[in-house]
Amino acid sequence: MNGTIDLLFWQLAAAYLFVILLIVIVRIKGIPREKEILIGAVRMTLQLILVGYLLVYVFGNAHPAYTLLLVAIMLAFSIRTVINGTKRKLSKALKQSIALSMTSGILVSLVYFIFIVLQLAPWYEPRYVIPIAGMIVGNSMTGVALGVNSLIEGMHGQKDKVEAALMLGATPRMAAREIVNQSFDSAMLPTINSMVGMGIVFLPGMMTGQILSGTSPIVAVEYQIAIMLGIVGSVSLSVILFVQLGYRTFFNRRSQLEL
Amino acid sequence: MFRLKGVKAKGILSITDLTIPAKRITCIVGESGSGKTTLLRLLNQLDSPDEGEIWLNQRLSSELDPIPWRREAVMVPQATITFKGTIRDNLQIGLSFAGKPEASDERLKEALHLACLEKDLEQNAEELSGGEKQRLALARAIVMNPMVLLLDEPTSALDEDTADTVMQRLTAFMRENGKTLVMITHSRHIADTYADFVIEMKDGTGRRGRTGGVYSEWNH
Repeated sequence: MNGTIDLLFWQLAAAYLFVILLIVIVRIKGIPREKEILIGAVRMTLQLILVGYLLVYVFGNAHPAYTLLLVAIMLAFSIRTVINGTKRKLSKALKQSIALSMTSGILVSLVYFIFIVLQLAPWYEPRYVIPIAGMIVGNSMTGVALGVNSLIEGMHGQKDKVEAALMLGATPRMAAREIVNQSFDSAMLPTINSMVGMGIVFLPGMMTGQILSGTSPIVAVEYQIAIMLGIVGSVSLSVILFVQLGYRTFFNRRSQLEL
Repeated sequence: MFRLKGVKAKGILSITDLTIPAKRITCIVGESGSGKTTLLRLLNQLDSPDEGEIWLNQRLSSELDPIPWRREAVMVPQATITFKGTIRDNLQIGLSFAGKPEASDERLKEALHLACLEKDLEQNAEELSGGEKQRLALARAIVMNPMVLLLDEPTSALDEDTADTVMQRLTAFMRENGKTLVMITHSRHIADTYADFVIEMKDGTGRRGRTGGVYSEWNH
């Protein structure tokens, strides 16, 4: 037991060296990001330690309420992270679009995954639902965050073009089409790339974990394929909902651009 | 064509009563920041006034759906914007926004000729110079054959001779077809030569006079 803790400690120490290296680099380059990197590393550590203890409890006392609560907390945090992660101030309507698209995209995919793909019994089995929800929520969060930034920057950066289209009688949908497509594309790219590179460029974390814990690689691969497809589904659903709802928030009822 | 009453907008514009006649050529002149572009955007319904009423073709602007209106009162902004694709794509885009059938090559070339842009329809629009893009934007609006053209300094990127030819062709076309042209210009020569009416913007207020009449107050 002590040996494992020691090993973990040195692994962690090595990982923190990378964080320190990163801070040194950004400081030399004059990029004002030290604070965020430090806060990120500390938060990650504390959150993971807390979640470790929490999971031990929840796994030992499986109950639908605990599972649902944990999924709800994950979802709420991911929405908050996306909203707070943008440099520009977001309108209330845009924040609502983010919340609505992430909630529906993630929940639909998760429910489908649990009931149709895995056919879990009982459906709330936390040992399955929590890690799967974590992967789906985390990847969707990254996708939507990229989509939000791309949409906002597109609307601001291409304001003249959007308005030039409106002046010709384009509907907001037509005027924003190019930006909406770019946003969808940039939001989906990391997920598509990770599918392409999976198994060759890197071994996914869930699969590695399963293999290390003694599961047959074939079973681990089956799970990995299923979860990857679930992630693709959730990311694309959340992102498409977001861009479709999101672009509308930049226009008022008179089809005028409002930034 | 247009009537503005008690209109206030964006903290710049304050117009007590202004009429812009149909089927005529009206130039809007005035210093930078006097509200010329704001006025043009109101006429295109790209902005709404904070106060007051605007009648577009005898109808209250707030009661009109802005999108079909913009297809009839097309505005060309000062910023030269091209859309992705060829010159042909750029010329057709207004019609495609409106869901109208594509224009024939003949009509596209006619519009290019009016805008003094003799170019191959298949050329990539991104390759054009600033002045050429400005003329392409004008041709794009002409292809739509709207009732009204609202132009924000349509010749600002052109040399004097080209600007003159564009204006000659455009104003002749608008007059022959009984269309309304409202354009912002900094060129005294253009306003003097081509306008039936001139609106002088000063501190956000607009005053209309027949060509010549206003110039006593317009000292540039």
